[in-house]
Amino acid sequence: MQIFLPIAEVSVNAFVLLGLGGLVGILSGMFGVGGGFLITPLLFFVGIPPAVAVATSANQIVASSVSAVLAHLKRKTVDLRMGMVLLAGGLVGSAIGMQIFNMLKAMGQVDLLVTLCYVVFLGIIGALMLVESLRALKRAKGRPGARKERTKHTWVHNLPLKMKFRTSGLYISVIPPLGVGVLVGMLAAIMGVGGGFIMVPAMIYLIGMPTKVVIGTSLFQIIFVTAFTTMLHAVTNQTVDVMLAMLLLVGGVIGAQFGTQIGLRLKAEQLRILLALLVLSVCLKLGIDLLLTPSELFSLGQ
Amino acid sequence: MMRLAPLVVLAVLLAPFAAQAEQVVAALSQNRISITANFDGSEILIYGAVKRDAPAPDESPLDVIITVAGPQQVETIRRKDRRLGIWINVENTIIGHTPTFYEVASSRALDQTITSLTDSLWSITPNAQILPGMRGAPSREALLRLRMADDLYRVREGAVQMTQDTLFSTSVTLPSNLVEGEYTTRIFLLREGKVIDSYATSINVQKVGIERWLYRLAQDHAYMYGILALFIAALSGWIASEGFRLLRR
Repeated sequence: MQIFLPIAEVSVNAFVLLGLGGLVGILSGMFGVGGGFLITPLLFFVGIPPAVAVATSANQIVASSVSAVLAHLKRKTVDLRMGMVLLAGGLVGSAIGMQIFNMLKAMGQVDLLVTLCYVVFLGIIGALMLVESLRALKRAKGRPGARKERTKHTWVHNLPLKMKFRTSGLYISVIPPLGVGVLVGMLAAIMGVGGGFIMVPAMIYLIGMPTKVVIGTSLFQIIFVTAFTTMLHAVTNQTVDVMLAMLLLVGGVIGAQFGTQIGLRLKAEQLRILLALLVLSVCLKLGIDLLLTPSELFSLGQ
Repeated sequence: MMRLAPLVVLAVLLAPFAAQAEQVVAALSQNRISITANFDGSEILIYGAVKRDAPAPDESPLDVIITVAGPQQVETIRRKDRRLGIWINVENTIIGHTPTFYEVASSRALDQTITSLTDSLWSITPNAQILPGMRGAPSREALLRLRMADDLYRVREGAVQMTQDTLFSTSVTLPSNLVEGEYTTRIFLLREGKVIDSYATSINVQKVGIERWLYRLAQDHAYMYGILALFIAALSGWIASEGFRLLRR
């Protein structure tokens, strides 16, 4: 069944979009990531213009995050105070990211910017995750029930402007969360992602939050940052396609439920290795495209 | 003498029509195309007949060429080059109005049907239609190549069916990624490489229904549209979470 998307102005098979949403939903259910980093490049492949793909992914992430946060709120695994601080940084970052996006769009470099961001961030995160989970797997084999390391006292804990975060059990400076927020906000605007894949490791390793509140809190702030990004894209570029978002959403919601079930049957380390490999392969594909001589040197601008 | 010049030109131009023995009468299967939610391209049948006052002269074959041109747009052509080992866009060229869609259908091979003079006079082939003044410029050649590769510029030789040198018909398949606007259709009647009559009409392509409503809302009331998009997203997120909670019970 073909469907004409009013903003993207292309006709796409509705089942392909539902399937895409479903696939990303399965992955996000399995790994607890928003899946924005996969959906945006996949939308490029089915012929959605990059500007529309980025803006619409942001809108779709709002929906999937709302659905996930509601579950986390019931389990009380959201640090609202931390979420607010991250959000304050996120909104600033999102506005900055949008400026960069529009500047480079005018220069015709937006595709390059988006691709470079993907290659760099996916490469770093994928490699870190792979190394970390391989090490964890080895450790689990060697000494079952290895003892947990104590929270280390680093330079992060010596910064001023300290604040108490009760849910996370932390008394730290607001500067690191604000910084993480700004970075993730910028990425959300430029890459059309929620930024969970950057935020989750940053919250654990940089801020030192307990793992159980990390995902809920990250999702909480992602809702607002992506909502803000969606609004900015809608107002400045008119590139949010509601019809496209709806189709991705329906597939995504169903896929997420299956993904959660699959995720429950696999071990955490195995899951992380799989996710790392997935992230690295997306990164590799995009990176190779930048290096290989293209068959056509010319392209039509948007 | 100078005052007579325009008249002479006019007389030369009108010469073929003065003794017009054959005229084209044509129609389209539809003059409007509505882009609806399930729009998947559209096929238009273009058909007609040759009206004659006298029996057909049989010294040379009769040819029909049909062109369909989409609305005109200014395009930015980007060129990639290798910088620091990676391929990036290094040059943007803005080139003047070109149709977003262009199709030529002819009853026989074009090189047997028209002379290059006729071609440039009536802008028939894509090469003569698309910025002929810029011939040879890399950006213009790239535009032609890209549009040909996307099947947005097409040359279909022999696609016009002729019956007894009098009736003709062809069908033009408009792609699913149509740009809204006027699509101009021209029908040429030719003998010995020269146009002896022509006819032009237009097809109006427009988004309708929810497509049009959403598009206009996004363009004219961007804030409203953004809020609507967020509302839909939040609502469906909530429905999904509640729905699956009920299912699990």
